[in-house]
Amino acid sequence: MAKKKISRRKFLVRGGLGTVGVVAIGTYLFRNPVRRKILEQVDGGESPYLGDGMEPMLWFEITKDNMVVLHSPKVEMGQGTFTGLAQMAADELEVNMKQISVVHAASMTGNMDNFATGGSNSISGLWQPLREMAATLREMLKIEASKKLGWVNEDMKVEDGIIFVGEKQLTFAEIAGGVTEWEIPDTPILKNIKDYKYIGKPLPRIDLEAKVYGDSIFGMDAEMPDMLYGAVVRPTKIGAKFISADISKAEGMPGVVKIIQEDDFVGVVATSFTASEKAKDAIEVAWEVSDNWQTNDIRELTKVGKGDAFILQKEGSELDEDDEVIAMEFTSPIGAHAQLEPNGVLAFVDGDKATLKISTQVVALTRKEVANRLNIDEENVNIIPTFLGGGFGRRLHTPHAIQAAVMSKAVGKPVKYFFSRKEEFQHDLFRPPTHHELKAKLDASGNIEYLEHDFSSGDVAIDSAMLPGFISTVVGTDVGAIRGGFCHYGSIPNLRTVSWHVDLPFATSWWRSLGLLANTFAWESFMDELAVKAGKNPVEFRLAHIQDDEKGKRLKAVIKAAAKKSNYQDEPINGRAMGFAVSTDAGTPCAQVAEVSIANNEIKVHKVTCAMDPGIAVNPDQVRAQCEGAIIMGMSASLFEKMEVVDGELFPTIYGPYQMAQLKHAPKEIDVVLLQGMNKPGAVGEPPLGPIGAAIANAVFRLKNKRLTDLPLSLT
Amino acid sequence: MILSFNLNSKPITVELDDEMTPLLWVIRDVLNLKGTKFGCGKAACGACTLHLNGEAVRSCSYPAKFVEGKNVITIEGLGTKENPHPVQQAWVDEVVPQCGYCQPGFIMATAALLDKNPNPTNAEIDQSITNICRCATYYRMRKAIHKAIELMPKEVEEETQNL
Repeated sequence: MAKKKISRRKFLVRGGLGTVGVVAIGTYLFRNPVRRKILEQVDGGESPYLGDGMEPMLWFEITKDNMVVLHSPKVEMGQGTFTGLAQMAADELEVNMKQISVVHAASMTGNMDNFATGGSNSISGLWQPLREMAATLREMLKIEASKKLGWVNEDMKVEDGIIFVGEKQLTFAEIAGGVTEWEIPDTPILKNIKDYKYIGKPLPRIDLEAKVYGDSIFGMDAEMPDMLYGAVVRPTKIGAKFISADISKAEGMPGVVKIIQEDDFVGVVATSFTASEKAKDAIEVAWEVSDNWQTNDIRELTKVGKGDAFILQKEGSELDEDDEVIAMEFTSPIGAHAQLEPNGVLAFVDGDKATLKISTQVVALTRKEVANRLNIDEENVNIIPTFLGGGFGRRLHTPHAIQAAVMSKAVGKPVKYFFSRKEEFQHDLFRPPTHHELKAKLDASGNIEYLEHDFSSGDVAIDSAMLPGFISTVVGTDVGAIRGGFCHYGSIPNLRTVSWHVDLPFATSWWRSLGLLANTFAWESFMDELAVKAGKNPVEFRLAHIQDDEKGKRLKAVIKAAAKKSNYQDEPINGRAMGFAVSTDAGTPCAQVAEVSIANNEIKVHKVTCAMDPGIAVNPDQVRAQCEGAIIMGMSASLFEKMEVVDGELFPTIYGPYQMAQLKHAPKEIDVVLLQGMNKPGAVGEPPLGPIGAAIANAVFRLKNKRLTDLPLSLT
Repeated sequence: MILSFNLNSKPITVELDDEMTPLLWVIRDVLNLKGTKFGCGKAACGACTLHLNGEAVRSCSYPAKFVEGKNVITIEGLGTKENPHPVQQAWVDEVVPQCGYCQPGFIMATAALLDKNPNPTNAEIDQSITNICRCATYYRMRKAIHKAIELMPKEVEEETQNL
């Protein structure tokens, strides 16, 4: 037994949970390293959404049929987290993959992540604590087995949820049955990584069948008896302020149960979705609109130099006034999340208690906001998370949960309320537009002597309900917009990176990979340009500017692996060219090579080679799946996607006009190479979204001798 | 109006206040089969795809009154874990889904395509499968479609030719 990691007093044992639970075991562990880190950073400050970490949390149930149920504090939104967590728990607990299932922890059972699911840290954050928890439970079961049959710990062998001594055996369920007082040992030493049976194996997703046979698993599928349907009137113009509503036409419409008028919204409750939508459209609202924004206004606002500057990196000396510099500008547009499941929620407020079934990435924030609005205790609000029909950061704020709860309270029945697609597009919390200015000076031998990147972005983290406002103040800039903003070429002697923050008139926020997509597009297009100007191979050119420390070694390794696996060629062959780009995000380096051709000015991506080092890949097949998906999502954003602002309205408001990648656009070959340059799992879900935009643009340059500097890339 | 049709091979009768209600909501909210998804309400994303007399139809934009007397198959009726449709089997084999929300629509669209054209070219697949997947699982989807082509029962085709 090793040093204490989980406090013994902080284990909690509950019996008889629901109808299946024989035993439920929880702890008060401070389990999230992100939360720990932030708490360290803001020690003493107010942290409204981080909680105090002292609530008991249910992690595992052992059922009568000897199954283990893991209550996940992280939500499953496609990233494969449930599968990875099951593998991690199964290996230390000594159950097989058929014996473990994973459910979303409801806020009332305690295992609530007080932060969020996001930032590509679900697996890496739970890597140590979950395995420790599982190992501790295994040892607890052994202690009870020894109490029951007088077995000696050293004689016991544990496999597939059964403890053996010679021929004799007891299942976990048999051991746990009837135990009311558990003895809790110090945290056991974890297994050697090479001895794991499940961790590191490409096992199928545990939610695979539910998703192929059409099970009801999403927030949109939630049901309660006597459920009604809600809708909320929303403005179409940016910055519109509610003045008054005329509900006379809507009131008597078929199916309408009640029109709800609050200070901040007008809602309809009806007997069906279509009835609620029709009544909503019949409500005439007067809005006050002061500005008539256009796309160009937003572009002007976003230019470097317009907002507040924050110096991220400053090394070496400044440029001299008469230095000859290479300078370029890049832009990225407003992007929509466009996740397929619209935002929605099913809420039932019954007296001073509320139950909400919802696709949310922020269980704790949803709970807090609903409790505050209803003026009831947070403990009386049960948030039951469901599978998310896409997250991508869109569900890091859930004001619709408040509205549904208010509507449910008004009618005394459960109310399901979700966005129409038009509302989803117009009231998205968009990926902010960006503008980038880069400058460099090459020395006589063609190496970078000076490099500067000024980038400007609307809010990502600033003003987000998820992060307490003081965090950005403490850090000094927008912690989301700067993702991908740091230069990872550590041997450049003179370097400046400056983040500019601007306030835009509409809400922008977290979009998978945050600033990474745009910042990498700018960095890596410019690096390619500099390599060309220096007359050097772009792969060699990059390698020459990377330092020799640990980070640098991993970065060089992915660059070399991508170049080798793709057989990178700097010259086009038979009308196809290769483009190279690399990024480092949340500690994970990722290099990509895109093979591109152009016909009738259309850019076609045939193949992408991706080399990434996420450390230990708990499930290599799902890490590959994340790479494949991120590459095509990033390609979609780089080739097609943009929102426009026309006369104060955000357009388009439907798929199609908001063009996204479809099957026909997807590369037919994606070759993923996984390296393991560290001995623990790192970030996976977002890092592979970084390089693809620049990789495509750099290939286009080799075909057309034309440097595309604006996303989405266009040759017309 | 009273509406009668076959749903997943069983006769169904429902009473509707509004005959123009999209079929999607009849399936989801009246008949409580939740596998057919709402994505956009404008037939632009394909999440609501089901089979209507063997054709892939985007049910969010299909007025319920036109379903009278027809055969509707949803993802729940396509196959089961015990007896999967070849397209579902291929989807499992290739581990296609991520978030999974759009997948029933893709599976239904693919099943309808292969029913008509058991051996489509990549170009034909591209032309037929125009749904939207935000997780962008397209790379595995194409592999799964080719796998499903292999898994589709071939003897049915021969029997048809012999008739």
